[in-house]
Amino acid sequence: MTEPYLAILEYQAGNQTSVLRALNHLQIPARVTDAPRTLKEAAGVIFPGVGAAGRAMEVLRAARLDALIRELVELGKPFLGLCLGCQIMLERSQENDAATLGIFPGESVRFANDLKDEDGRPIAIPHMGWNTVAPQAPCPLWEGIAPDAQFYFVHGYYPVPPQELVMGTTYHGLEFASAFGRGAAFAVQFHPEKSGPPGLRLLSNFHQHAKELAHA
Amino acid sequence: MLSKRLIPCLDVRDGLLTKGIKFKDNLNLGDPVEAARRYYEEGADEIVFYDITASAEGRGIFLDVVERVAAAIFIPFSVGGGVSTVARMRDVLLAGAEKVSLNSAAVRNPEIISQGARAFGSQAVVLGLDARQVPVSPACPSGYEVVIDGGRTPTGLDALAWAKKAESLGIGEICLNSIDADGTQEGYELNLTALVAASVTVPVIASGGAGNAEHLYEALTRGLASAALVASVVHYNQYSFASLKQYLRDKGVRVRL
Repeated sequence: MTEPYLAILEYQAGNQTSVLRALNHLQIPARVTDAPRTLKEAAGVIFPGVGAAGRAMEVLRAARLDALIRELVELGKPFLGLCLGCQIMLERSQENDAATLGIFPGESVRFANDLKDEDGRPIAIPHMGWNTVAPQAPCPLWEGIAPDAQFYFVHGYYPVPPQELVMGTTYHGLEFASAFGRGAAFAVQFHPEKSGPPGLRLLSNFHQHAKELAHA
Repeated sequence: MLSKRLIPCLDVRDGLLTKGIKFKDNLNLGDPVEAARRYYEEGADEIVFYDITASAEGRGIFLDVVERVAAAIFIPFSVGGGVSTVARMRDVLLAGAEKVSLNSAAVRNPEIISQGARAFGSQAVVLGLDARQVPVSPACPSGYEVVIDGGRTPTGLDALAWAKKAESLGIGEICLNSIDADGTQEGYELNLTALVAASVTVPVIASGGAGNAEHLYEALTRGLASAALVASVVHYNQYSFASLKQYLRDKGVRVRL
């Protein structure tokens, strides 16, 4: 039997190589792939993404990866969506008014231009830089990470999932859900692969969680 | 709430830093990958590399540097210097950079901004804007003119108008450098920084003139900048990132410590 590995979903809108570099650094066995069998046999799947929602969905549909992703989540496969990958796990995005995967209810909404930060100044859009994620629910991803740790964000739209799925929130002109999920499927708006030590720890926590579920 | 960022800037020629960088333990580094790793460990929020190589061979070596940096640090980094085609943007992004900075090429061919933003997303496209103060005139109502080719060529373009136009074409961030303040260590050009930052919604990185921690504080407060680029102030062991950030935090600026 092969060693349990994480699969990183390969598609044209993904930043799969930066996720792969982080997993390599952590010495977590990983494969970048779009092959259904390699994805199904993985201990867990990471779903990266950068760019626009509409374009990412076109790429996924053309490669029939949209149905495969839904299937993996329904099978209870540990699943982690990052940044755009997180947003398109919801039903819709205001960006290009695109229908997205619908794994979770909810949509992605644009930061309004008139939002103000806590000092009363207009916020910069996109939300770009380091920000905290206040834990709102226990989650295996938070293991060993300080509640005031900061993560790297870059996005102009933010996810709005149902309240009961929210696992962490972040403030940028308003409080939004920067981490959410259900069962073994998680979604985070930030880039753990670019968030220094706490981000690497989160990836390592996901791997640990996936391995434990695989052995259960 | 979002933290203000401190970003060291490293100039690379033929794959090596143009000046050695001195660290706390008196270690001198000429290798950009090692310097990046040290700054990553010290708490830099992001890193900017400028390729000042002139030769085709040097450009190839630079891509190697980008790949090695990407395997060594797990914070975002951007690359600028001589990027003038979408193909070159693709090369540096595939090598592992998060962002590419466009400067002279964007002035000569503004379309490269929209082409780059369409291909890679706005978050990957930074406008490098070098400006100098000039008398206010109908052609230059802001009193700041865009200069290109590393400050050698005046363009007659108004810096504020250019920043707004570049934003409408799809840049995700502006790195705003004052040619007048650059290298003086006498402080950022706060009027210019605040003028541009108040007129665009994308984040503005202040650049040029940092000589001490107070200068950073001013750029990030009065200057309305989202981030500050630093070079000499950290390269020659005058300040560590930890001490700069502690200073800013003590004065009420949100930073990542």
